[in-house]
Amino acid sequence: MTGWDRFADSFFNARVMAQYLPKIIEGFWLTVVLALCIIAAGLALGLLLALLRAFGIRPLNWLIIFVVDLFRALPPLVIIVLLFFGLPNAGVELSGFVSAWLALTLVLMAFSEEIFWAGITSVPKGQWEAARSTGLGFVQTLTNVVLPQALRITIPPLTNRTIAITKGTALASVVAVPDILGAANAGVSFSFNPSPLTLGAIAYLVLFLPVVVLGRWIETRFAWKR
Amino acid sequence: MDMFLETFFNWQIIEEAWPILWQGLQATLLLSLLVVPLGIAGGIMIAVLSTFHAPWVKWPLCVYVDTFRALPPLVLLIFIFAGLPFVGIDVGPWGAVAIGFFLNTGAYYGEILRAGIESVPRGQLEAARSTGLTRGQTMAHVVLPQAVRNVLPDLISNTLEVVKLTSIASVVALPELLFQARQAQSVTYNATPIMAAAVVYFILLWPVVRVLSRLENRQLAGRR
Repeated sequence: MTGWDRFADSFFNARVMAQYLPKIIEGFWLTVVLALCIIAAGLALGLLLALLRAFGIRPLNWLIIFVVDLFRALPPLVIIVLLFFGLPNAGVELSGFVSAWLALTLVLMAFSEEIFWAGITSVPKGQWEAARSTGLGFVQTLTNVVLPQALRITIPPLTNRTIAITKGTALASVVAVPDILGAANAGVSFSFNPSPLTLGAIAYLVLFLPVVVLGRWIETRFAWKR
Repeated sequence: MDMFLETFFNWQIIEEAWPILWQGLQATLLLSLLVVPLGIAGGIMIAVLSTFHAPWVKWPLCVYVDTFRALPPLVLLIFIFAGLPFVGIDVGPWGAVAIGFFLNTGAYYGEILRAGIESVPRGQLEAARSTGLTRGQTMAHVVLPQAVRNVLPDLISNTLEVVKLTSIASVVALPELLFQARQAQSVTYNATPIMAAAVVYFILLWPVVRVLSRLENRQLAGRR
């Protein structure tokens, strides 16, 4: 066998690929579901924390800042491992899917709170004062005047961060979730051929390449013109 | 509560596991010192190349950057570590991590530095060239220093992500902090070593997060 044949046989083996394609597709949808669950919960919690922080209750804010810092400083894989392999020692068993979802949700919550908060503080004080002087309450001002302006400025960094954290779903394969990477790994060990990994890589590109390009477009579209 | 403390904050276990964790911490630091400069070097290469406007440079570069930004780093790492040996290329865990991180983080650093270079006014470049500096000298002495300053928060943020990302090296059995903690856990049947690893990461990276949070707030608030 020539070098090229060996390469093609290893990474683009049609027989092996055909055999494991259904598993990879199942993994693909699992990755999509996991990613959507993380995005929904993570962004909602992040926004909630940022809004709570706007009330300016000192002890509560310190707690929020600490939690945010904590999940920005810890590597996501460490959190996943702690939840999945650590909690059972205390008698709490979480499935791999739940461990990965919870860990990445907390991470996205932390990063998005930081971004939402920066957006809220970027709205000039005059906007607050003007809105309050027209008779709007604090909550009304926050949700109807400040938040719409804040959200616009947060869109580019939020998109990039969300994409980066969502890519972390591949970490779920470490805790035995049959997502794209998990299915590909299983395929490699059964067939003793790395073609399923090629398929897996292609699946990730199909999933994330459009998102990355979209993120690039959003970045220029919503860029704040100075 | 007692059971919780015993499982996650067991001092006796920390004393037993500390030598193993210490080795892991050293490997994590060494790994960071290896992959951060590698990524920055790759990033500078990409950013400088992206200043060339010829289509045969621009498009392949765009494809390269987007591909490695779209591919999860763990997928890349496993591909190199577990896939390439099938065609006779076995680079071992350290080699796999070095190559994977170079490709992945290089793309990210490249994007950040490119944005930095674009933020330097064109007049700077023209002025430098007109004083007789060559293209390379202008890049190294005039454009890059200003570019780096303009995107410093993003550079620090990315470096923080890279250091955190070294934990995925545990998947290819490189004995860094998380891997060693898992080893210690499986010997002691107690989650304290993993908790200890988490605490070490936090102590190590918290100051960086604090500084970064300040810088980012200032940057975003300054947009208006």
